Amino acid sequence: MDVQLRILRFDPDRDAAPHWEEYVVPAEPSDRVLDLLHQVKWYQDGTLTFRRSCAHGVCGSDAMLINGRNRLACEYLVKDAGQRITVEPVRGSPVVKDLLIDLDGFWEKYRSVMPYLVNDEVPADGKERRQSQEERDRFEDTSKCILCGACTTACPSFWANPDYVGPAAIVNAHRFIFDSRDHATEERLEIMADADGVWRCRTIFNCVEACPRGINITRAIMEVTRQIESRRP
Amino acid sequence: MSLAPRDQGRRPRPRTHDLDAVVVGAGGAGLYAALELKRDLGPEARIGVISKLYPSRSHTGAAQGGVCAALGNTEEDNWEWHWFDTVKGGDYLVDQDAAEVMCRDAVETVINLEHLGLPFNRTPEGLIDQRRFGGHTRNFGEGPVRRACFAADRTGHEILQTLFQQCIKHDVAFYDEYQVLDLAMPQGTGGPVSGVIALQLSTGEIHAFRAKAVLFATGGFGKIFKVTSNAHTLTGDGVAITYRRGLPLEDMEFYQFHPTGMYRLGFLLSEAMRGEGGFLVNGKGERFMERYAPTMKDLASRDVVSRSIYQEIAAGRGIDGKDFVHLDVRHLGAKVLNEKLPDMSGFIRTYFGLDPLTELVPIQPTAHYAMGGIPTDVDGRVLADETGAKVPGFYAAGECACVSVHGANRLGTNSLLDILVFGRRAGIAMADEVRRAAEPEPDPGAEASVSDAIDELLGRSDGERPAVIRQELQETMFAKCSVYRSAARLGEAWDEVDALRVRARQLVVQDKGRRYNTDLGEALELGFLLDCAEATVASAVARTESRGAHAREDHPDRDDVNWLKHTFAFRWSDGAPPRLAYRPATITRFQPKPRTY
Repeated sequence: MDVQLRILRFDPDRDAAPHWEEYVVPAEPSDRVLDLLHQVKWYQDGTLTFRRSCAHGVCGSDAMLINGRNRLACEYLVKDAGQRITVEPVRGSPVVKDLLIDLDGFWEKYRSVMPYLVNDEVPADGKERRQSQEERDRFEDTSKCILCGACTTACPSFWANPDYVGPAAIVNAHRFIFDSRDHATEERLEIMADADGVWRCRTIFNCVEACPRGINITRAIMEVTRQIESRRP
Repeated sequence: MSLAPRDQGRRPRPRTHDLDAVVVGAGGAGLYAALELKRDLGPEARIGVISKLYPSRSHTGAAQGGVCAALGNTEEDNWEWHWFDTVKGGDYLVDQDAAEVMCRDAVETVINLEHLGLPFNRTPEGLIDQRRFGGHTRNFGEGPVRRACFAADRTGHEILQTLFQQCIKHDVAFYDEYQVLDLAMPQGTGGPVSGVIALQLSTGEIHAFRAKAVLFATGGFGKIFKVTSNAHTLTGDGVAITYRRGLPLEDMEFYQFHPTGMYRLGFLLSEAMRGEGGFLVNGKGERFMERYAPTMKDLASRDVVSRSIYQEIAAGRGIDGKDFVHLDVRHLGAKVLNEKLPDMSGFIRTYFGLDPLTELVPIQPTAHYAMGGIPTDVDGRVLADETGAKVPGFYAAGECACVSVHGANRLGTNSLLDILVFGRRAGIAMADEVRRAAEPEPDPGAEASVSDAIDELLGRSDGERPAVIRQELQETMFAKCSVYRSAARLGEAWDEVDALRVRARQLVVQDKGRRYNTDLGEALELGFLLDCAEATVASAVARTESRGAHAREDHPDRDDVNWLKHTFAFRWSDGAPPRLAYRPATITRFQPKPRTY
């Protein structure tokens, strides 16, 4: 069958403004939207620009706004997307070219939450630190994050205030705040309690809907918020 | 790409970056090396990691089942058993001194990862949990052993995240979305290597990175094959650049086909699905691995299982007589599938629309892993030739390298172990060289030839599209240079690859801009793929025996008298087969024996 693909194109070096272009590509119901984008790029228009790598939902390169919702293009199949598919860059970040956005701000926010284990003590016997499976499961959900940015760029609070640290960064703060081995909980909670931290969340749940890893992001944000509140006199 | 220096008066000089050490590739090997460099040389050291992606997109993150170390946390284990399994798994082509280093270092390395924050699954005692994996045995082959340390079925993801996190903590400088296109080697093939030349994707500018030590950790080249578990970006860039510089590629004929690729899609369903108790069935509903490997059955090594699947299919016992078989995990139950194999279950639901709890999963062998690559010693130092001479300033680690710890066939979980152990060791060795080395010398000739090659591609208005040639290459390699090989089919593959090389001299790039020109990037990657394919086919033609992943129908037996040696392929001249030389495999402890599972 043929699928009609509408793609929002924009090359600042050539175009005055973003514009829609339409392509018709042959497809099987089991094809991924990423396969269709490749059909266009490889055989119709080599200038179409997007990021991708693993093509099966683990590298996080190809988050896009497809049929009105943030998804990974490699995880969304034609049988679910239908025969008329619209593809746009995710919102709230500057478009560099076509579906490819500027991620500098995204990484800056990720880095701002101390996204690494802080603990230089190791057991005297030189072996692994002990941690129970229950303690480990406490941050299982947030450790799944692949940093694709689908959540943050789906968040209306982020659209309204680009300084909001955003759900992806909070998820990665949660991953360490709830790790029994970590020693920097207080510092991280302080960062989270900043004016542009967790308080900006309006529990709209767009992030949860957008997350390709099925992380319950709003719950993670609430858990971080409760930790901050539990420390107030 | 022409390597001849040209007049460079016409264009601006490339932007230069003066660093102590440069790491190319931000997967597990590269990040671990960068971390060790920082830990060793201190916070002032200028350590740069260059990636054509962002670090968290590297393909290490796709690794699933586990990383092996003889911790003995759930049952008795011994690193020497692991050593034996690695040597036997590699069909005795493994350099045993190198495998000894890997299996012994494994224990400390995995513990160190835990200290860095990796969230391993835990035993009831709170230790790192372990599970079974193909080819890993107790007491020198008696039966399966629990040796794979894991974080659910996304061990690679957690390794990548943990090392990226620690590199951020240690203030490693990242150069994201730069595509490395050449080495700086101002004095030619003998070295030293004094940096790399890269294309900044966002601007199209050429950058020269100067450094006292350079590590290639650029990953594999699975994209030479049609059905592969590899990411689109695994195009053998570092391997091909090394080859173009007149340096050898080792054991390129040994390419692993993983038995359980998702049918037609190619990406993996982890061996952990069989480690947890899943098994393969043919079109008649038979558990056929019992016939091919009576002791280890579905957990025999990957080359054995992939050949068994091909034989079942050839005998008409594929599903409905077609070219796939089934993986049965229904009996594992919801708890194991959801808690220990959640991502695998998700792949099956998303891409096949099947429920692994109640339905059988179609699988076929998929091109997965290059045992061969850039030859190195156990500290990542690149070898200049088959005598073992080194190239000063040049290191390689991870899938792009060949130490050789995998020999003719790699065991499951040993790739994650390889990137960790040898990435780390390379970082330590590089730190030592950085302390002693002279200031790096620029290579204006290489800078100019990279610019020329790009200008030429962008300037051509007529020619073939890269995707057309790439697709033909992938089909040729998958049909004629995969699980079973013969002189006749390899000969055809050589001719076809050669013809594609000629056609690829007239590639046309439609995107003529400088900003994020991924059309240009793919054209450059196609050149790398063709080089990797050339070396693979030529090395496979010459090896007239069957060993590990290299199975020749016309030479079905292993030939230890003539072939217990590594292939070294050197670029000869454009259009001519590479020159092949050989280096004996190092045998220290385990004498070659017939290999059964």
